[in-house]
Amino acid sequence: MTLIIVPRTNTQYPRSLRKLTRKGAPQSGAERNRLFKDVEHLVRLAAVMVIALVAFLVLRAAVVPHSFGQYGHYRGDAIAEIAGRPIAHAGHEVCEACHTDVVDQKKLGRHLVVPCEACHGALARHADDPASVKPPKLDTAVVCARCHEANSAKPKGFPQVATADHSGGLACDTCHQPHRPKIEPVAETKPVTEGKK
Amino acid sequence: MDITRRRLLMLLPAAAVAWKFVQAGTPEASPNYKHTEHWWGMLIDIPKCIGCGTCVRACAEENDVPEGFYRTWIERYHVADWQIERPEVASPNGGKQGFPPSHIGGKNFFVPKLCNHCADSPCTQVCPVGATFVSPDGVVLVDKTYCLGCRYCVQACPYGCRFINPKTNTAEKCSLCYHRITKGLTTACCEVCPTGARQLADLKNPNDPIHEFLKTHEVQVLKPHMATGAKVFYNGMDGSVR
Repeated sequence: MTLIIVPRTNTQYPRSLRKLTRKGAPQSGAERNRLFKDVEHLVRLAAVMVIALVAFLVLRAAVVPHSFGQYGHYRGDAIAEIAGRPIAHAGHEVCEACHTDVVDQKKLGRHLVVPCEACHGALARHADDPASVKPPKLDTAVVCARCHEANSAKPKGFPQVATADHSGGLACDTCHQPHRPKIEPVAETKPVTEGKK
Repeated sequence: MDITRRRLLMLLPAAAVAWKFVQAGTPEASPNYKHTEHWWGMLIDIPKCIGCGTCVRACAEENDVPEGFYRTWIERYHVADWQIERPEVASPNGGKQGFPPSHIGGKNFFVPKLCNHCADSPCTQVCPVGATFVSPDGVVLVDKTYCLGCRYCVQACPYGCRFINPKTNTAEKCSLCYHRITKGLTTACCEVCPTGARQLADLKNPNDPIHEFLKTHEVQVLKPHMATGAKVFYNGMDGSVR
């Protein structure tokens, strides 16, 4: 397909622009004024565009958060807001600072590596205010089984029991001390005041 | 100048704009934390995972995750003999309450999953408003005050790590416990894992044990062919894991 450009004849242009199609620039001032006879149209158009631009800039400044683009195409303040959320788990170091008796017990057994809140749940509120927020009492028949109920998908070396056969629904702490689970042969395992002072 | 009704009406929009800037203020910051000094990831040691679901419960507690949705979850894989391309994957309630008895025979194991905090994350690229982003320390976060809830990112994540929170109607995902790691703590899931199967890793910290681990173990990421720059590293991962 070929594109054929047919030049328009002089008479097809609007009257105000007709002079532009002549050869050379307009000669006299009077002729120039006649050329831009409708110049106020352009001024009005320019004014509308300037107003629109100013309105856009003002609106943009008002609507776009001031930290947008601080680090990238997002609100930079969002990072600090997300980081400012309160924590729910205190962390085992915080627990161990007070409950040193439990740490001593755990050191004697294989549960040394098990962090406190794995069984006791999120306790940052207790750590902040130990006097009024008390951790809930745990049902060892449920808590211990979460890890130690036998399952063929668990690693082979991990100690597992079928609780129905092993204890018949009896709470695990009837025989085992949860912080030091191995049952010792002699009276060495005195009951300790777990977590209480 | 007298405050006439006309002048008051003219002043109000300007005052509203100014108040917005006053309100924005500076939120609670972690004074000793420098974004540029960290690059966060996680190490997951599959042979250590016992599928107890403690991480899933801790995550829900720490981050107010609504019931039925999971920022992290555990999958149980069953591979029957040679059928590596057709594993049977189960994740009842995200593994939150542990798992019922597994298949006898075949290969069975647990795989904990979470956001991979991709360096070139597909989910942040599709966000039309800049509500989700990779932070300067390599954590993919959601600005829930800016999210429209358009769900583009939910579809874009190749790992299925995002969901729409039914309460806020905004996108939600693992934040790598950003409110904890910026305070020098580990994530809730890593904090409670009883076997140490999950380890938070700071890839910019030369003293982090992750570097020695990566050097001495066969470590993979999920879906490396997607070229997402995933930063959750899996040790001992079977080829059947999707």
